Amino acid sequence: MSTSIPEALNTLSAGLILISAFAMVATRQVQGVLRFFVAQSVLLAGSSFLLAYSRASVHLWALGAITIVAKVLAIPWVLRRLLPAEFYERREISQAVNIPTSLLLALMLTIVAEVLMGPIVAVTHDPVIRVNLPIGLAGILIGAYSLVARREAIPQLIGILAMENGAFFAGVAIAPELPLIAELAVAVDVVLIAVVVGLLTRNIRETVGTTEAAALDELKEEATA
Amino acid sequence: MIETIGYNLLQVLFVLAFAPLYAGVLARLKEMVQSKRGPSVVQPYRDIWKLFHKDQIVSDQTTWIFRVTPYLVFVMPIFVTILIPVLTDYPLVFAFMGDMLAGGFFLGLAGFFAALAAVDTGNPYGPMGASRTRMVGFLAEPVFMIVFFTVSFVSQSTIPYIVQQKWVANAAAFFSPAHVLLLIAFLMLILAEGGRIPVDNPSGHFELAMIDESKGLEFSGRGAALMKWGGEMKFLVLTCIFLNVLVAPWGLAHGHALANVLTAIPQILFKIFLFSLVLIVIETSLAKLRLFRISEFLGAAFIISVAAMVTSIFPGG
Repeated sequence: MSTSIPEALNTLSAGLILISAFAMVATRQVQGVLRFFVAQSVLLAGSSFLLAYSRASVHLWALGAITIVAKVLAIPWVLRRLLPAEFYERREISQAVNIPTSLLLALMLTIVAEVLMGPIVAVTHDPVIRVNLPIGLAGILIGAYSLVARREAIPQLIGILAMENGAFFAGVAIAPELPLIAELAVAVDVVLIAVVVGLLTRNIRETVGTTEAAALDELKEEATA
Repeated sequence: MIETIGYNLLQVLFVLAFAPLYAGVLARLKEMVQSKRGPSVVQPYRDIWKLFHKDQIVSDQTTWIFRVTPYLVFVMPIFVTILIPVLTDYPLVFAFMGDMLAGGFFLGLAGFFAALAAVDTGNPYGPMGASRTRMVGFLAEPVFMIVFFTVSFVSQSTIPYIVQQKWVANAAAFFSPAHVLLLIAFLMLILAEGGRIPVDNPSGHFELAMIDESKGLEFSGRGAALMKWGGEMKFLVLTCIFLNVLVAPWGLAHGHALANVLTAIPQILFKIFLFSLVLIVIETSLAKLRLFRISEFLGAAFIISVAAMVTSIFPGG
């Protein structure tokens, strides 16, 4: 089956989205995680623009624009405003699992995604669905994994957002006519989550002095002397 | 038949002639990025010329391994050259003598003897560098294997010429996730095998931090020249495999006339020049990794190559 150029470029961005998901797992610096998230969102927007062009779908144009505004511009801006720069420059986020093991687990999740989606995409000949579904699912699983393995608040938040990116990437392939209202709702939601988590992290950091989620499971009494 | 043998020899001459230039251009570009003037691009030629005119000193404590190694290191990249597409996009006469695994074997053999020779001298820095190169080598090995496996699985062949035609065949294969992942894994592999920056510093001369360089410390005169030239050819050959087989199989000669093959030379050189710009960006924007972080770097390359394999096996890849 011959593939048109926009669809071929969509598969290119699928590969790069998978790479950026791996990179988010492998990066130690908070700043780096955020940068790879932005890169992934740019790729997602590019992919939906390409599909919008090849399928002449207004919804996908809107989706791409929403992704750019919400995930490439608004979320990084909000997060950078809420927390000081030294927070982003810090390296060595303490993780529950070390990085090589994390990467291996991410790889396992990719294989799981391919195995689960294999029989489903086998029924269609649409090249976009065949590429986007497994990689979108892999994106969701890897995002969920970094939500579990990361111990800092902001990388955990970015894990949620990366899950969302994976879901959108799978979604643009199978539901090009998704109602715009759903997309808008999700986009606003995502920015709100970023604001709430950012504010919480900031307050926690001011009172407790750390943003490590793992260090917050003990109650701390107010010094009363 | 006769002409394809001639073209095969022409490929060897191409690699022999331009490998030092490639090294010189890389060194010069890097210095220019750092706002220095840097040595002339023909400096590697002058170095090789100078070394060939110097006396060779061989310690009487060494064995035949030390004497044989420079020749092996020099000859092995040439063997690889006759197996891979350097100038033409149709198989030449020796193309079916060996596949990509044979190429890997030749380069591995040269590396093995270089490491043995470094241990042979008894110089304290030699074995240290040799053991480090072996460490990088055995971490790179699984990536090599998986990359070759994926490539041969996708194109149903391990002959580089056939692999290369598979990627140009249609846009879907060229842009497929498997191909993109494979490219990144192989690029990381080239950086590790060629001793480039995130793994090793090619211009560093501090013995304790050396990885690749320290193996050649004990060689002098002709031996040193051959080691240096062989190392430069190895990097050019790896670049040719990367560019001509995997990334951009364009610009290779398609016709069988001598003029076609000759006009391919500037195109290939231009492609290599573009690639060296990419290399310079990577080298100047990254810092050298600590020794025990190298395993993470190559581990990531391994993960990416396995992901490439997985996406190519399942439908949609």
